[in-house]
Amino acid sequence: MDFGPYLMLATLEGAVLAAVLALMASGLSLVFGVMRVVNVAHGEFYMLGAVLAWWVTSMVGGGPAVAFVAALIVVPVIVGALAAAADMTVLKRLEYDPERTIVATIGLLYILQQVTLMTYGADARPVVPPFNTRLALPWLEWSDGGLHMFWPWGLSTTTYKLFVIVAGIVILSAVWAMMRHSRIGLLMRATQLDSEMAQAFGIPVERVYALVFGIGAGLAALAGVLIVPIQQAHYLMGGDALLLSFIVVIIGGLGSLAGTIVAALLIGLSDGIISVFFSPTLAKIIATLLVAFVLVFRPQGLFGTRDR
Amino acid sequence: MSKSSESKSAVSRRSALKTLGLGAGAAAALPLWARYSSAETAAPIRIGFQKHATGIGAAYGRWYDRTSQAAVRLINEAGGINGRMVELVTEDDGTDPKRGAEVIEKFATQSNCDVAFGTLFSHVVVGSAPRAGELKLPYFVVSEGHHVASGMLNRYTVQPGITDVKSQVQAMAPFVSQNLGKKVTMIFPDYAFGHDHRDFFTAAIEAQGGEVVGLIPIPPTETSFTKYFPKIPRETEVIYHVMVGPGVLTFVKELGEFFGPSRPEIFGFIDSLEAVDLASPGLEFLEGTYFWEGNPRYAQPDQTEYDKHFRAAIGIDENGASINDSKDVSTYAHMFGCWETLYVIKAGMEAAGYAGPQDRAKLIEAVEAITTMPHSNEHPQGAKVFNGKTHQVFGPQYISKVVDGKLMVVHTASIEDGMYPDEVDYTTQAL
Repeated sequence: MDFGPYLMLATLEGAVLAAVLALMASGLSLVFGVMRVVNVAHGEFYMLGAVLAWWVTSMVGGGPAVAFVAALIVVPVIVGALAAAADMTVLKRLEYDPERTIVATIGLLYILQQVTLMTYGADARPVVPPFNTRLALPWLEWSDGGLHMFWPWGLSTTTYKLFVIVAGIVILSAVWAMMRHSRIGLLMRATQLDSEMAQAFGIPVERVYALVFGIGAGLAALAGVLIVPIQQAHYLMGGDALLLSFIVVIIGGLGSLAGTIVAALLIGLSDGIISVFFSPTLAKIIATLLVAFVLVFRPQGLFGTRDR
Repeated sequence: MSKSSESKSAVSRRSALKTLGLGAGAAAALPLWARYSSAETAAPIRIGFQKHATGIGAAYGRWYDRTSQAAVRLINEAGGINGRMVELVTEDDGTDPKRGAEVIEKFATQSNCDVAFGTLFSHVVVGSAPRAGELKLPYFVVSEGHHVASGMLNRYTVQPGITDVKSQVQAMAPFVSQNLGKKVTMIFPDYAFGHDHRDFFTAAIEAQGGEVVGLIPIPPTETSFTKYFPKIPRETEVIYHVMVGPGVLTFVKELGEFFGPSRPEIFGFIDSLEAVDLASPGLEFLEGTYFWEGNPRYAQPDQTEYDKHFRAAIGIDENGASINDSKDVSTYAHMFGCWETLYVIKAGMEAAGYAGPQDRAKLIEAVEAITTMPHSNEHPQGAKVFNGKTHQVFGPQYISKVVDGKLMVVHTASIEDGMYPDEVDYTTQAL
């Protein structure tokens, strides 16, 4: 394949990964930003999103499109409610102590993973995409003294992959708007700045925490629902996703939404491009190296602010 | 006063419990002891089944289990082995080499198994076999890997139920070069099993006057594949694919999306779609492509009585899916290996007069002495030739074409097509 079309394909593949990663990592970052909780079980909420999407789509009749829309609405709510319950029954009782919550969420990780294995099983199961048309993409070439359009071999994407990219942008804009312009966003930001002061001003901090933990898990579940028609739902899929979101969040700066999105684009696109041109292993090596450099030279992340 | 009476009553309670305990112990021990007097013939033969119940091999594990349970049931109904019942002792290895070695150790030292059996994934076999050799535990693998016949393992590891990759690709290469094309790009999983494919197919296609123009290794835990496909050289005439793990359906689907309407010829190992329904959305492009099959998943027009018997015993319909759930597609091209291996263990134990773990060496020698296995209910996939020196069996291979969404056999490679010179003589190693 020529360099140009090759690069375009790599960019498209990278953009799909970036969209999913940005959704997931923004959930992780939100939870850390507001609650100062490092949620190790975040990857399992992503997995639960995918697994429940399979479950919902196989329960709901009326064609793949209806079933998928149902999953898109129902699944994040279920997972969010589950996470909020976990927050109220476990994390709250640990008084959000940073070390103990890490251990608690590790426990949560294993519980969710093993319960999925015991009920859903060890198989990878597919979900039918609501629509999936292959789009061959043209490329321009300078020949015979003019620009000519041609259709390179293999340069294509699918409508569903484009939808994932668009959905990622829309959902993240919605999250950003909620944080900036809604009352609940204001409460969250106030809690993030100083939870004691917020409480003193009558903000129900505990309820805000439960809500934030629920929204964070819901975002991961949403990413899971979006990815499952491309990949398949499998009980171990949370591991890699968690690792990548940690990489994204560390590079972007824990707690910074803008940083998370920029880092997701950086990691997603570089993973796509490096694995196409060199090897997927090299892409992982470079991402991990980048984390090391960020931790050494700018521990607060590219967009993070230093802890007060 | 009250204190002394309390302690007195406590003592008497304790002694009462002691007596009760003794009685219970004796009651429990008695039948055991009684059974022991008539031991050797009555105790079941225990076959340790190393099952990929979880991890990337789970789909295979489920069907290896069903096949093995069915074969053991039939063996027991027919009177067992040497008059003793057979019992499967199942342990999950998580499709993980380290855990695999631990499972082997548990079979030998804790659960008193006579032999170990049933491993598929080659990295687990390579991780487990050395421990089986050290413990002198006969280890019957159903793995396809070339590591048995290559001499890499030991005298206690045997593969009598399924052919190895070297034999398979050697039997396929003439068909590929004569019917599909000479310039091949290979896509394979990046571990021992995939490397066997890479090395042996490259050699085999060159012997046929063809060449491999591109090699694309993919980590077996990968979940997204489109990014690998641009490396397929433009001159490619045939794509040769073999993939394993939970992402196989995604792999084949994305391969179709990549090529669209202008695909080259495609030849795959059914491993890329084992346990996957061919009618899954996105697989329509496979129409007219070719697959290697160890055993034809769809019942063919010339289906043998043996194949009918095999399907009925496990509960599989003519499309290779469970009769209870048509979405639950079997790993039909591989699982016959478990069935046939169990019958080889039976034949070996009968020939050796196997009575207990002290006869394990005799069992290995008896299996090494086996030469041919006729096409029968015991060997439903086809007749086999066993090489006692390399511990590897040879059998027929099938090439099927996707016609109307079903795999129809278009070519059967003979046993001889897959033969190659010996690379090891395990019989010279000490037992």
